[in-house]
Amino acid sequence: MSSKSVAVNSPSPLARPLPGAGVPSPTLSSDVPASEAVASEVSTPEIPASDVPASEDPASGVRDLSRVAPPPGRPRTRVRPRVLRRALRVLVPLLVLAAWAAGSATGLIPAKILDSPPTVVDAFGHLISTHQLQDALSISLRRAGVGLAFGLAVGLVFGLTTGLSRLGEELLDSSMQMVRMVPFLAVTPLIVVWFGIGETAKIALIAFACVFPIYLNTYAAVRAIDPKLIEAARVFGLRGLALTRRLIIPNAMPGILVGLRFSMGVSILALIAAEQINADSGLGYLVANAQEAFRNDLILALLFVYTVLGLFIDLFVRLLERTLLPWRATVVGR
Amino acid sequence: MSTRTVAPVGMKPVDSGAVHIRGAAKSFGAKDVLVDFDLDIAPGEFVALLGASGSGKSTLLKILCELETVDHGIVRVPSARSVVFQEPRLVPSMQVWKNVVLGRSRALASRAAAEAALAEVGLASHADDWPRTLSGGEAQRVALARALIREPRLLLLDEPFAALDALTRIRMHALVAQLCARHNPSVLLVTHDIDEAILLADRVAVLRSGHKSLDAVVDLPRPRTRGGPAFEALRRTLLAEIGVSTDPEAEPAVADQTQPPRAAPLPVRARSASTVVPRTVVPRTVVPKETERR
Repeated sequence: MSSKSVAVNSPSPLARPLPGAGVPSPTLSSDVPASEAVASEVSTPEIPASDVPASEDPASGVRDLSRVAPPPGRPRTRVRPRVLRRALRVLVPLLVLAAWAAGSATGLIPAKILDSPPTVVDAFGHLISTHQLQDALSISLRRAGVGLAFGLAVGLVFGLTTGLSRLGEELLDSSMQMVRMVPFLAVTPLIVVWFGIGETAKIALIAFACVFPIYLNTYAAVRAIDPKLIEAARVFGLRGLALTRRLIIPNAMPGILVGLRFSMGVSILALIAAEQINADSGLGYLVANAQEAFRNDLILALLFVYTVLGLFIDLFVRLLERTLLPWRATVVGR
Repeated sequence: MSTRTVAPVGMKPVDSGAVHIRGAAKSFGAKDVLVDFDLDIAPGEFVALLGASGSGKSTLLKILCELETVDHGIVRVPSARSVVFQEPRLVPSMQVWKNVVLGRSRALASRAAAEAALAEVGLASHADDWPRTLSGGEAQRVALARALIREPRLLLLDEPFAALDALTRIRMHALVAQLCARHNPSVLLVTHDIDEAILLADRVAVLRSGHKSLDAVVDLPRPRTRGGPAFEALRRTLLAEIGVSTDPEAEPAVADQTQPPRAAPLPVRARSASTVVPRTVVPRTVVPKETERR
């Protein structure tokens, strides 16, 4: 026998005492002549078959992870087909809808609390057939878009300024951090005083609300760019405006788009606030009207419009990410 | 001489490719990183600067590429310089070929030029790839192409092989040696890998406590391989100079039994470029201080 078995059998403090030392255990199989080892494996039924995964031999501490056949009931590939992935996205909303419909039909959900889905669909049809929805939507989206554009412009410029320059940060950032904590609803009375009750006031309120998400994300994204990358670019002659345009803005773009997503959402939120006060048109006006008339079916139909707007914002930003960030690994996730 | 003064004291470009540093000093607060540091690199010479981490070798390299300035002393470098860093530092939002011509003027930033430079490092087919899709070795080769396309008179290498795996490193050593022989820039390789320094450099300098403590010509025939008495002798000298003993536990006599005899003399090889420095191991080279230094 080789020196290996001597080491195991000697009372060394490092060697774990094996049960029945001297009997060739699996760990010592290299000391056993090959023919003998094969024979013992074939003859002893206790040795687990290799298609049972992760078996453990308590005597030797050997964990067998080998696997010959795939385990039953689980496919080898875990990639879901495209159709199934799409279906999974709408599964939860459909389930909620089904529960709602069932609850209304059986009388579990009284119409006073929540109108039934068919009633809401009728209300939706009414809004469309009278052109109220289309008119309101076009007016509202224009307000949100113009307000968002102003907000984005200010937020981007301020975010780049504070991100790029230490002076800019010292000058502006603390003020921005203070003002961002002001709820935009609280600013409404002031805006009415400054801008009146016309379109300007509504757009100003939306713009004010949209500045901060884009500002914060732009600032953070610019600051998150690896200084070593900027150092290298400077060594290779990229400076000033070219450095900002070609290196800093493209590499801050993932963060800027996160800010854009938030700002677009906020523009819709601010829209409601702006339109429920002193308005005679737009989505918020329709909601306020429906509320006064106790028309819950109309309110539900309009809430549905808002959710669809949210969906469109998401799709829009995903599309932007795909076109602007081809260099990123996974933009939309797996 | 074109005057492109970047340092407060006399940093002037020299276009021959030579590097001339006299009495350079740099400190960060109370910490003296460089104290009275002298170094010359002849045109076309490959110098490796060795030093333990924190010895100030990276600071010196930053000074040479104008990312830092010296407090005192004379630093003359060619105006055509480029650098390969330890990390590839490729811009993730730019395709490989745009990274290669990064920062070049529009006339010089052609795709054809970038592809030619990429072909030299064997990556011509990766011109349109995004940096994230490259392996570590490939990214570092792109960084090398980006440095060489500028046709530098001085190529600065800041531990460019340190982050690579052992096999890739061997290939990169060969590639760098080949490309430096072809383009013939002066090269300063900053590294803590003694074998790498001996394999690649014409001359090895050791930076220790802020100044050059050793300056040795590597007169081994090329292409070089690890091992052999001359290699080992130089290796041990350098290790001792940096302050690392090869076998701290063993008796010196025992260590000598396992190693080749240490008295092997360095082979002398004629080479035209390195006339600036003595061809022997000169510990603590003292160079007369110049009057320009304040």
